[in-house]
Amino acid sequence: MGIRFILMVNKQGQTRLAQYYEWLTLEERRALEGEIVRKCLARNEQQCSFVEHRNYKIVYRRYASLFFLVGVDNDENELAILEFIHLLVETMDRHFGNVCELDIMFHLEKAHFMLDEMVMNGSVVETSKANILSPIQLMEKAS
Amino acid sequence: MGSQGGFYQSKEFLDLVKSIGEARSKAEEDRIVLGEIETLKRRISEPDIPKRKMKEYIIRLVYVEMLGHDASFGYIHAVKMTHDNSLLVKRTGYLAVTLFLNEDHDLIILIVNTIQKDLTSDNYLVVCAALNAVCKLINEETIPAVLPLVVELLAHPKEAVRKKAIMALHRFYQKSPSSVSHLLSNFRKRLCDNDPGVMGATLCPLFELITIDVNSYKDLVMSFVSILKQVAERRLPKAYDYHQMPAPFIQIKLLKILALLGSGDKQASENMYAVVGDIFKKCDSSSNIGNAVLYECICCVSTIYSNPKLLEFAADAISRFLKSDSHNLKYMGIDALGRLIKISPEIAEQHQLAVIDCLEDPDDTLKRKTLELLYKMTKSTNVEVIVDRMIDYMININDNHYKTEIASRCVELAEQFAPSNQWFIQTMNKVFMHAGDLVNTKVAHNLMRLIAEGFGEDDDTDSQLRSSAVESYLHILGESKLPSVFLQVICWVLGEYGTADGKYSASYITGKLCDVAEAYSSDETVKAYAVTALTKIYAFEIAAGRKVDMLPECQSLMEEFLASHSTDLQQRAYELQAVIGLDAHAVESIMPSDANCEDIEVDKNLSFLTGYIQDSIENGAQPYIPENERSGMLKISNFRNQDHHETSAHSLRFEAYELPKQTVQSRIPLTSLASTEIVPVPEPIYVREIYQTTTVPSASSDAGSTELKLRLDGVQKKWGRQTHSPATSTSSSTSQKTDNGITQVDGSNTSNSRTLETYDSRKQQVEITPEKQKLAASLFGGSSKSEKKPATGHKISKPSSHIVERSHVRKSSLEIASEKKASIQPPPDLLDFGEPTVNSAAPSVDPFKELEGLLEPTTQVDSAENHGSTAAATKSPDIMGLYTETPAGIYNKDDSDILSGLSNPPVRNMLGGTRSMQVAQSSKGRNLKNSLEKDALVRQMGVTPSSPNPNLFKDLLG
Repeated sequence: MGIRFILMVNKQGQTRLAQYYEWLTLEERRALEGEIVRKCLARNEQQCSFVEHRNYKIVYRRYASLFFLVGVDNDENELAILEFIHLLVETMDRHFGNVCELDIMFHLEKAHFMLDEMVMNGSVVETSKANILSPIQLMEKAS
Repeated sequence: MGSQGGFYQSKEFLDLVKSIGEARSKAEEDRIVLGEIETLKRRISEPDIPKRKMKEYIIRLVYVEMLGHDASFGYIHAVKMTHDNSLLVKRTGYLAVTLFLNEDHDLIILIVNTIQKDLTSDNYLVVCAALNAVCKLINEETIPAVLPLVVELLAHPKEAVRKKAIMALHRFYQKSPSSVSHLLSNFRKRLCDNDPGVMGATLCPLFELITIDVNSYKDLVMSFVSILKQVAERRLPKAYDYHQMPAPFIQIKLLKILALLGSGDKQASENMYAVVGDIFKKCDSSSNIGNAVLYECICCVSTIYSNPKLLEFAADAISRFLKSDSHNLKYMGIDALGRLIKISPEIAEQHQLAVIDCLEDPDDTLKRKTLELLYKMTKSTNVEVIVDRMIDYMININDNHYKTEIASRCVELAEQFAPSNQWFIQTMNKVFMHAGDLVNTKVAHNLMRLIAEGFGEDDDTDSQLRSSAVESYLHILGESKLPSVFLQVICWVLGEYGTADGKYSASYITGKLCDVAEAYSSDETVKAYAVTALTKIYAFEIAAGRKVDMLPECQSLMEEFLASHSTDLQQRAYELQAVIGLDAHAVESIMPSDANCEDIEVDKNLSFLTGYIQDSIENGAQPYIPENERSGMLKISNFRNQDHHETSAHSLRFEAYELPKQTVQSRIPLTSLASTEIVPVPEPIYVREIYQTTTVPSASSDAGSTELKLRLDGVQKKWGRQTHSPATSTSSSTSQKTDNGITQVDGSNTSNSRTLETYDSRKQQVEITPEKQKLAASLFGGSSKSEKKPATGHKISKPSSHIVERSHVRKSSLEIASEKKASIQPPPDLLDFGEPTVNSAAPSVDPFKELEGLLEPTTQVDSAENHGSTAAATKSPDIMGLYTETPAGIYNKDDSDILSGLSNPPVRNMLGGTRSMQVAQSSKGRNLKNSLEKDALVRQMGVTPSSPNPNLFKDLLG
């Protein structure tokens, strides 16, 4: 399993989306999110986009007010994860058109659906934007 | 805002999201969420809620949990929603359930039925939704309920379904490998799926399977190679392109798999060379994703059977990473370097200054990664510098997790490469003092054992080691609070060796021990160690025929311990009292001096019992039947104690009731006793009687087996790991004294002549601060040294011989590889569109190479003042001499300043010897400005990787 969790957090540290690929209790999630968000938010633009935290690494990327954080195992290719984040953002961008924090907030389930297409069992399984978005578009049409 | 349709949203929902979005603080957010919980609790259980409304409530529940509050009151409604007919509502229900519940939640059982039904749906989107849920919710017990359905879906006409089905199977494999062990061939089949998405997904489970069992998948090497080739040649649909790279995520996954398959397998690796080399050439090193693929190529190349051409490509890529301005690329470069130095150690040298820059970078992530690299490249010549660096870093961080890790690394390196006993002791002191109780107690025991056993060279050095340990510990005891583990070591060492060399009187040492026991009165373990140490000191005194005067504070301490609540302390105190009352002869045999390394003789045959057994047998007892001759029906452990065997006789048995013959056989000798039972029930009688008649022997067999273990522990072993260099870890300070200089030369000499040339040319125009140079010299063997003594390298010195040998071995293997490569040079590829190969084929043209010299100095401009300490490393051979003559324990606390701390021993002895070097240095200092200007130019020319599409997030940025 490569990816342990995916978080979207704004620059005030408020969680906007959280998807875990291993089970953590509510308290554990709260504590974890607090710790890593504090760590990542304290870093500046010049520093690496990677932070080691306990026994895994966080790869993060900032888009305007929103941080995307991905927790991965130690043997994961950090640059690839960094680009995975970008792919996710591009995909959301294609769907919402100029995606912003509010789009994700108002359409939390859609953001989750996209993630569910892209990542399963902690592995990236789909990287074609058309394939990721087609079920969502079909669902929209159907209802 | 967004599309409406099925994703209808009420005003209420919009308001909630808005208010959460506008919350200024966590407290405000919490207040909003708590209010929301109240509302939802009220509303959600109302009757006849329209579907859409319900879906919205469920999403609000998701919000509640996401923001850290419990929403369990609504779980059941999410479960109900999965039954819905509408696809969107159903999928939202599944989503909520997967977010709320873990696989062992009680409600899962209510969903399994729905999942089963949905897996057979005609609507493939419903099937997909159910498969998503399968991947998250099915546990080991429920796998059988869905497994047949999932297997059927592997052949579903829709590729999306096949993809998810394969991932569901993957999940089952993760949860319970045995449940799908008969289905593993499906992963191979799906690898050949027509749809690239399914193929790409299949790589995930295959990667895991191959990680576990490489050999069963060697036959797939050619398939993976040809897939990778096709991907690299852009045969996949355009939709998989990402930033002009063809399916980079699939390429990366394939490279990972190839690395596993090619590791240590020459034949498999040879099949990969062509395609990996091709990717090296095709990667666009100006984009992040191109670099990600390049990095994966480097990882692959450094894992598979090595190939000189590919190693060259990898080295080039690494130098591009390290020279980049991007911290991300530097990080990847350092990591890649750490992988590559395992096979070509000389590569580290050309990047020494870049590595030092990273080490001194304020970015903590980069610094850690660099320390990790240093850890990997530690050898006996640079261990002091590296461990000092690591300890410095360790002192300055609060992260206990990492502190523990780095402490254990320090210990490991110190054990493996310690140049001298004193250094080892001092390093361990530092680690213990700063990492405190985070250090594994095993480490402490190891240290005690080392001090007791010494390096095994000769008695003199061993006792010197002990004296220096005692000395430094007495010194350290003056400091404030010490961690418990360390105090235990100190007490033990003081007890064993405090008075051994006659330097300190018994009353001085005992006084110190009493101080420890008093100062750490809340720590029982430390107190126990202290009492035992006191006992030893007094015993040695008595044995030596001296009169023992117990200090008053010691006496009061003993009185306190005699009445202690801890029985252990009491016992020890009574023992001390008893020992003091004995005469010299008795004491000597109880507590022989310096006997802690003696093996305790264990009589495994328990011969002292023979007489007793003989008697018993003569009196009619049954002889002991060894375990392996007994019937196979009962576990050996059942014989061990009465209780156990009785419960096991009554509990469920899983072994079949068979082997009656053997039972009868073993019962034959028991007939006389068995006949006393009225109804002979075979098993219990058998068990009990055997047990009764063999009490003594079976107990003794037990004792024998545990003693056997003990004995293994006691067998004298060399401490520490010696995997890398048996010679260095045990090397005495004397051999180091003469060899160290040559060692360093060897290190530099392993680099090829080209590097030397670049160095020489760089030297002429580049100013490198002396500190950096010195650090580089001590880490990498020194570039300055390669100039000074270029020819001495062929003498292979003892401590470094392993390094040299290794590089020789590698070279010869490379030669073989290159010969092979020449013969199987791949035929010209028609599909290769003549990509610009100049770049990698002729690395000398590489602009980066030419800029290499210019880039370095920028970050080191800070100062060139400290000329004095330059080149101290050249003098390092004499450190050992200093160490052996200096009394131990004078570790100077004031040396904590990084650089002076690093150079401390050399600085001390360079007072006389390095004036000529100073001159050389100051003459180099003039070009500073010049090189700065050049560097600025280079940066302008744009070595920085381009940033992603700037227009993409206009909205976000605006």
